[in-house]
Order: sequence, then structure tokens, then C-alpha cells
Amino acid sequence: MSKFEFPPSITSRPIWGSLTPRQGKHHLMIAEAEGAEAVLDIASPELMAKTHLIYLARGTDYGDKLRALNPQHFRESPTFGAARQRIERVLQDAAMGLQLYLTGTEGMMGQVMQMAVTAGIPHTAIQTEHRGSTARRMQCVHCKGITEDVEIDPFVCSHCGLNLFVRDHYSRRLAAYQGVCIDAEDPGNVPESKGIYE
Amino acid sequence: MTIQFNDETFRDDYSFRNSPWAIKRFPFPFDKDDYMYSVNMEPHKGGREGSVFQNRFDVDEHYVSEMRDRAKVLSDDPLRCQSLPHMTLAGWDLLELIMVSKSEDYPDLFELHRDGDKWRWINKPMGIDDTFTFLDEATLPYGPMEYITRQTQGDFALLDQRDDNLWMDAGMVTTQADWSLDFDIGMNFFEWHAPVPLAHEKGIFVRALKFLLNIQQGAPARRLNWTMTVNPLLDTSPENYHKWGIQKTELTPENIGSKQHLRVELQTFFRLPRSNGLVFPIRCYLCSFQDLMTVPKWGRRLHRVIRDLPEELATYKGFIDNRPMMVDYLSQFDDGQPTSLGIWPDLDSEPPLKK
Repeated sequence: MSKFEFPPSITSRPIWGSLTPRQGKHHLMIAEAEGAEAVLDIASPELMAKTHLIYLARGTDYGDKLRALNPQHFRESPTFGAARQRIERVLQDAAMGLQLYLTGTEGMMGQVMQMAVTAGIPHTAIQTEHRGSTARRMQCVHCKGITEDVEIDPFVCSHCGLNLFVRDHYSRRLAAYQGVCIDAEDPGNVPESKGIYE
Repeated sequence: MTIQFNDETFRDDYSFRNSPWAIKRFPFPFDKDDYMYSVNMEPHKGGREGSVFQNRFDVDEHYVSEMRDRAKVLSDDPLRCQSLPHMTLAGWDLLELIMVSKSEDYPDLFELHRDGDKWRWINKPMGIDDTFTFLDEATLPYGPMEYITRQTQGDFALLDQRDDNLWMDAGMVTTQADWSLDFDIGMNFFEWHAPVPLAHEKGIFVRALKFLLNIQQGAPARRLNWTMTVNPLLDTSPENYHKWGIQKTELTPENIGSKQHLRVELQTFFRLPRSNGLVFPIRCYLCSFQDLMTVPKWGRRLHRVIRDLPEELATYKGFIDNRPMMVDYLSQFDDGQPTSLGIWPDLDSEPPLKK
């Protein structure tokens, strides 16, 4: 599957990289849905023998292929939400020099980066690669509620119901983009939604 | 000088008014007849007597009412004041800077008595007389930054300096030009300025950051920035934009003179001694178009600046839809005569309107 090329944007928008195998005794990989393919691309028996791999399936079917890589530890979870506590625990227990590989949606990568930094993992030990859905995790600037997996712009805040437009302004602390009311100056005049990158 | 403090509101019935004194000292931000971004920094070491530049922290007739408005904003939304845990020392630095500056610059309004770390702070306009232990948070009703900025006009961003960058790690933000502290807290200089158009391409932020990183203790700097606000609304926050945005559509040719306000930010930058942080006070001044038009030079110039402003800037500053109406109104005050350089009103030397 080809990788999505994000259009150039403003300086707060994260830029995702490409995973490459690194030296080190301890590796943690978190692959969400099509992110499994990024792991398959860099996997080698030596690397995987030192890797704790967490696969967040989200309805995809890479479990057998990933298990066949013989990671040191393997866990399949249906969603990021289901695996959150486990990931937190693994990060807390992380040995010095842990290398972290994140691949999947922006929302998942952003949240795990935030958890990792909070757990004291240096940002230089974190690699990312976007794969799969380009949906965004959005914070409503008005009610502060987070709406996950937003694919269209404008969208309706899942908490307060305001019509929000999708900004590129991004907070790493919140791991979210900002949504702002689109019809504040003309209530009810909401343009038809289209895909964020259409 | 004794200041008469206004009893006024910045919401609902909008009873905010500028006295003739306040109009004359309004920090008009345009030093020539056109505008583009620049790193327009200068030393913040006083200025013309009576001007907003004279003192380190300007206190004016709106002080008491502005502080009442801030308290209201905070009680509705406490997230407008936040401080990441490592910023407490910078908060004490700020408290000291403000208390020392105000008690020296306005001895009739503010007093600071220090006996070692036992401090007594008297704020006469607000009726405050508190004794506390410097650097002991438990002796104040709020954290040090919140305590002192509930008593000081302007928004405050407290910046941590590390990795050759500035990080917005604390702030008190209730009179902002449409940006969210809650969203931006923790961002570096380039990230929190990311939404500003044109300036990145012009290298403005790279140069501004270089300048700010080198600000030394005792040598603060300042610049002016500006935008437009319909009604004298201090709290033009993104949080409440769904409530106030509609007011932008309520301008008419009849009410524009009293409703449309030029919003000017006096931004200052001070190095903080213990934390090596930087404090970035952003003081907001509002003036209605009709009050500005009492100064002939400002009438001529504002018309030319607004008429010729690049479209991206008018859009970013949120008045692109109202610009034609503004230009129509302002054109009545532009007789085509040349204007003197600089921001000052020059009431004695500039010719009256010739129409």
C-alpha cells in the first residue's frame, strides 16, 4: 500500500518519518492497522528477537503475519483504547535505551508520543511512520471535547454539537488538531463536508 | 498624577469609554501610511511622558474594570490561566518584577515593603493589602503568576528558554486576539506562531526568536501589534468565538464609528533573573474608530493602511468581510494630505481635516 503524502503545512503540524531499524537491546513497536506493513518492511529476525510488538488491529488482518516474525513479546489488541493501559505500563517499565517505533494513524502516534515523553523516553528514541487512515484527532476549542477519527471538514463536535472546521494547528500536548466553529458569524450556514485532503 | 478609574464593562452593555486623555495617549500602531510585518523591536526603557511607553507596566483608567473582567473570565473558565509545574519559579520572578516596577512607578497606588522574605504588598486601587513569604506558594491565595496577573492589565505568556528556543509553558490569557493558551501551552516559538500567514516566509520569526533569546536582564524590549475588534470586547477568545463571532456581522454604516475598535497590543519582553525565563506581557488597548478620528493624522493614515492591507492579513486578522465598510467610513477622514512620520498624534503640527 502506498504511503499518503501530506501536503505542505504550517509549522505546528507534525511531520511523520519512516521507520528504520536501530541499534539497541530493547525495542517497542506499536503498529495500528496498516501500520503492520511498516513493521513487516523493517523486520529482521535479530531485531524482532528484541522487540515487544503491540498490534492494534482495528479490523485489519495482519495478526498471523506479525506473529510469524517471532517478536520477543506479541500482543494483539482490537483498538488503541483497549491497549492504552498496557502501553503505559510497558513505557513505565522501559529500560534505558529503549527504541520506540510508532506506525499507524496520527491520533495514535501523537498520543503514544505524549505518553512516552511523560514516561521520560527522549524524543530522539522515538520514530514514527504514518500508515493507513488520514483521519484526525480533533479538539473542539469551545467545549474542549476530543473527537477521534475525523475524516471530513467541517464536522460536528461529538460532545457539544457545534459545526467545526478542521485546522492544521496541532498541539503535541493534546495530540490533537484544533476545531473551530465554522458558522459563528452566520449561524446555520455550514458548507457541505468533504474529505480533509480533498 | 492621579488616575480616575472608570467603572465600565467590556461585555454585554459595553460601557467602556476612553477619556480624551486616553485617546491622546492611545498607542497608534502605524508609523507610516502602509503596514507589513516586521521585527519592529525597540528597547523598553521609558518613553514620552504620559505615554503608554513611559512605565514598565502601564496603568490607566481602565485598570480596575479590566481586572473585574479578568476575574469574570477566570471564574467561567479557569483554564485561561495555566502553569506547567516547572514554571513556578518564573512566576515568582514575574511577581517580583511587577511589584517592584509598579511600586516604583506608581508610589501613590502601589506599595511594596520587603523585610527579608517577608513581603507586604498594597494595591490601593483594588483594595488589596497582603503579607506573604516570598518563594512560599502556601502564603498566597493563588500561584505567584496568577496572583500578580489578576492585578495587572494585559495578558502574560511566561516562556521557558531551552534548546535555543522559547516554550510557552505558562500564561494568563483573558484579553487575547483569538488564540488559546489551553491549546498552545507547551508549544515552542515557531509552533505557537504557526497559524500566522506570510511572516514565516519573510523570516520574521527566525529573526524575532534570535532577538528574544538574547534579551538581557534589565534591558527589556517592546513592539506594537494590532488587529480589529467589533465592540470593546476584551475576551475575544477562540473558546468563546461561537458566542462573540456574530457581533462582527452587526456593523452598519451608522454604528461603525462607535462599534468598530482598533485593538492594539503593546508587547513587552523581560528577562527573568532566577528562572532565566522570559515574560511576554501583551497589553491590549482598544479605541473606537470615532475616537481615533478626532486625531486628523490618524484618520488619514488609518484609511490608507486599511485600504491597502494585503488580503491575507485582513483575512487573518478577521475583518476581510467588514473591510469595505471600514474603508468607506474612514475615507471621510482622509483628505489626501501628507502625514508626518511616526506614531504620535502631532495635534499641534498636523493640519486639520480639509473637507
